Formats: sequence, structure tokens, C-alpha cells
Amino acid sequence: MCGIAGLIHRGKSSGVGSEMTSMLTALKHRGPDSTGFAIYGEPNSGDYVMRFKVAEQEDMASGYDMGDKIASRIAEVEKRLGEHKATIKSKDEATPYAMRYVISHDGDTEAMARYIEDVEGTEILSLGNALELIKDLGDANVVADQYGLREFKGTHGIGHTRMATESDVDIRSAHPYWAFPYNDVAVVHNGQITNYWLKRRQMEKKGHRFMSSCDSELLAVYTADNLANGATLEDSLKASIEEIDGVFTYLVATKDSLGMAKDTMAAKPLVLYESDDMIAMASEEVAIRAILPQEIDTYDPYDEEIRVWKA
Amino acid sequence: MESMSVMASDMGYDPRDGQTRDQIEGTTQEDRARDLGMMSEQLKNRSMEVFFEVGEDENLTYPWAPDVDFNKRTELDCEGKTTTEVNKDIYSLMEEGYGTIVLQNPRGMHSVGVGILNRLNLIVEGSIGYFGVGLIDGPNVRINGRVGWSCGENMMSGTVVIEKNAGSTFGAAMRGGDLVCKGSVGSRTGIDQKGGTIIVGGDTGAFSGFMMQRGRMVVCGNAGKNLGDSMYDGTIYVGGEVRDYGVDAIPAELTDLDKAWLTRKLTQYDLMPENGVDHFTKIVAGKQLWNYDNLEPNEKKLIL
Repeated sequence: MCGIAGLIHRGKSSGVGSEMTSMLTALKHRGPDSTGFAIYGEPNSGDYVMRFKVAEQEDMASGYDMGDKIASRIAEVEKRLGEHKATIKSKDEATPYAMRYVISHDGDTEAMARYIEDVEGTEILSLGNALELIKDLGDANVVADQYGLREFKGTHGIGHTRMATESDVDIRSAHPYWAFPYNDVAVVHNGQITNYWLKRRQMEKKGHRFMSSCDSELLAVYTADNLANGATLEDSLKASIEEIDGVFTYLVATKDSLGMAKDTMAAKPLVLYESDDMIAMASEEVAIRAILPQEIDTYDPYDEEIRVWKA
Repeated sequence: MESMSVMASDMGYDPRDGQTRDQIEGTTQEDRARDLGMMSEQLKNRSMEVFFEVGEDENLTYPWAPDVDFNKRTELDCEGKTTTEVNKDIYSLMEEGYGTIVLQNPRGMHSVGVGILNRLNLIVEGSIGYFGVGLIDGPNVRINGRVGWSCGENMMSGTVVIEKNAGSTFGAAMRGGDLVCKGSVGSRTGIDQKGGTIIVGGDTGAFSGFMMQRGRMVVCGNAGKNLGDSMYDGTIYVGGEVRDYGVDAIPAELTDLDKAWLTRKLTQYDLMPENGVDHFTKIVAGKQLWNYDNLEPNEKKLIL
């Protein structure tokens, strides 16, 4: 089933971390397996925030030497960052297997990201000037506490509570997906994509990488491909209605905007609230009410509807 | 019984202008059904569209249903309660004789008021989530906010009036009563509708009236694609534009009886358009998907 939620404050920063946590907690019944956040802080001056993991949560119980393996993988990642002339400015370790580095780098970020992901067990969850992508097993409260998200200030964010259907319960299959290698772009999805393998093969032929067998990852790769080819976010969302088969509603966030698309069958829910200050959307109204308890006007977008909002 | 008698006459045969009571009573139910574009065979059971006799004192309450007094009013705060607790509280209050219950702070709660099988005035001050007031048989519900998906699903009788928008599958598999949304609704409105009346003040989305079997749907605004797809029977009225018709849904002539019925219903719920109802499009089943003519009435019932 899965639950998705998004939030964008117009022209100001707010407590997006705690707001998204409240929204996703309200959607816990739609997916208890894992929870993910893609939240956007104030873009920093040229530095990149890199979130990556060097192991799955379940790997931590797989042997006495896992700690050593993780230490060696982190050392290898840092070495490779150095080889790409990236300077590590700060390090945070919310968990033993997931890290947050702030780095400065002037070169080709895609080449650097591919080189780092070549390290065993390593996946870059996000890379960008504003994007912080956090995902882990458990509900929104567990993940928010684990990664200290409640204090996070930002302009917008998207999130997901996952009920695993066609792929594993692990971090690599959890949403959101970063639109590798397109900086600051993330996707959450609720639905099933029926031409996944066909589109995946097309994307792989173009050189795109897939880290999981979750159909939702296709939307991130597809969006990245469109944006890399010069399409706007709006163009990409519009094209997806025609080119992606299945039933889906998905949200895409970029550095300064948030977009939604709903398939031709309108089979997956989304409730929208718009005001001059903010736009909130979620699979269920109960998530919007978690942050806006007062009486508000909400509505369901129709089939084939796409929308894009600027922060 | 006040609300039920109002409901019964709403669902019942509308006395036509110029006809005496004897003339009206002289017509059979079959004649009235045919006049209204419905199927011609005699229908039984409350799950079907029953045309009540004018003035008939129907016993519509379940034998075990608590006797409630509409003048006895109370408020129920949903804050901090689960859906199960709220619904159990509604039942407890009915057993105490409360006939008017006002729900406060529902805040998008799911499955509120499901399965109320009794006379009751239920007023919801706020918005509710999915499956609101489904499977009801009898209550009059007024919701001052919005409702989520599947509001009034499988509703059997009563009236539900929603002041704001509604989600998808509004009135799915509905069997009787009036389900009214003054705003716009999502997709698949009245999917598998088996009776009753759905009225939408605004627009409706794609696949509305899909596999509709009986009853009437009124959309004052526009309708999305595939309207009335694979409908078996029933009637859809659209005041705005129809994006496209589904398989076997065809426009039909809007008769004076249709106009009179639309006028009465839309006036009743304060949704009467300024320009009247003459511009409404009537949509019925083309009946090409099934070979109806070769079927006996009992076999038709099996299909429908």
C-alpha cells in the first residue's frame, strides 16, 4: 500500500523535519516496514552534503568482523573522496552503517559518486547542496529519533512509509530514491509500475545504475534521465504519465520545487492542501491534519494530473 | 420517525402535476419505474430501489435498534480516541436515547460512523478520512468538512450531505438513500452503484458510474473520462461537460419527468443551478454488452 507525503513552505524555512515526522507517523498504518525522508535545508555555499551507507541494518548482526568491515569501507570511501580531490568538512554518524559527510568538491560529482559506490556494500543515498535523504527500517518516530531529524529546518520535503510488496525489507529498497546522479532530486512513489523491466533495460542501456529491484527506483532514474536531457520537472512528470505503465502516484522534489503526478487510472490516492504559505500533500488527509489541525479545504487531484510548486 | 418518513417520500414516487391521488395510486410500481427510465420488473427487498407508497407508514427500523429522540442532543469529542472507540461511543449514546450526535475534532479519522443501522442525526464538525459512514442504514448525516475515499460505500438508506469535497469511490456499491457532496469528488464515483441517489455539486473524476447497476447519479459540474463505462442500468445526469463516454454508456433524452425530479432533488439540497436543469445531459446504458431481450426477468436480476 505505502504512504507518501510532501510539504513545501513558500519563501521561508520551517521545521520540516518535525512536520514530516508527524505526517509520516500518521501514515504508519500504510506501511510499517521502513520510513524515508528527503528534506531540503537552506542550500549551502557550494558544499555538498553526501549521505551514504556502507552496510544494511541486517548486516550488523552477520558476524564479529562486521565492525572491521565497516571501518575499512569507510576508510576506502574517504580515500576515494581524496582521490577525487574532495575535502571532508564534517562527519556525522547517526548509525554505525549510515553516514553524513559535508564535502567540498569542484570536479565531476557523477564520476566521484560512481567511484565511491564501487566500494563493497556502499550506496550513496543522496548528494546535493540542500538535499538530506534519510531512510531506514522502522516507523517515522524511530527513524527521526535515530537520525535526529526533529530539529531539521528547511523549505520542503517528501517522505514515504513503505509496505514492501515486490522487493525486500531493507534500506536499498526503501524510499525516497535519489535521482542519481542528478544532485538534489529525490522521488517517493505509491503504486506498481508494470513496465518496470522494459524501462529498466532501456535506462541501463543508457548507462544508468540501479541499486535495488524496487520498481519505484525506476521513477528516480527516469526523472534523472529526463532532467539530464534538458527537460523541466514539469516536462518529466507529464511524459511519465504516457511512458510509465501501471498505477502510481509519485512526488518529486528538487532543490527549490516539489512536483506530483498521478496516473491515468487515478488508482492511488493523494490529498492536496494549498495556501499562500504552504502546500501539503499526503496519501491520506489524516497526515495533513497531523500538522494542520484547524479546519482546511483539501481536494483530490484527478487522473493524469501533474502539479509543480516552487518553494 | 420524522426523518425516515421524509426519506421515504424523497425516495418515493413524485406526484406529477395535474394528477389526482387516485390516478397516482392507480399506476403500478412497474409503470412508475418505466416512467423514470428504470427497469420494468417488480423489485423487492430494501437493497433494491423501492418505490414507497405515498403516505405509507413503513416500518424501517431494525427490531433491536434502540429508540432515539432527535431532540436529545450530545457532543462527542474524537480527540485522542481511536476509530473503534468513537464508533462504540456512538452506539452507546444511541442506546442512551440520543438522537442527535455532534462529532467534534475528527481530523481525518477513518471509518467514522460506519455501520449505523438506526435512525440518527449525525453531525460531523470537521473532515473525516476513508470509508466514512459506509454500510449505513437509516441515519441522516451532515459533514461540515471533507471526506476521504469510499464515503457512503454500500450505504443502504438515509441521507449523507457533505459540505466540502470528497475523495474517490464516492458511494461505491451504494444501495439506497441520498449521498450528496456539495464540492467536487474524486474518481470512480458510484462505481458498482446498485441504487439510491448520488449528487455532486462540482466535478467528478474518471470512471464515474463504472458498472453502475441501478439508481441515479447527478453531477452538476464536469465528468471525467469513461463516464458510465460498462453500466448495466441506472441513470446519470451531468450538468457540465462529459470528457468522454465509457463503453455502452449513451446519451438519452431528458424528459419532463427527469427535469422535475432533478429540480426537486437539487432544490432540496440547495444545489439548483441558476440556469435550471434543462442543460443537463442524461446518460443511460446502451444495453449492448448483454443480450437483455433473451433473458427472463429473473435472469436479469441475476445480472443486475
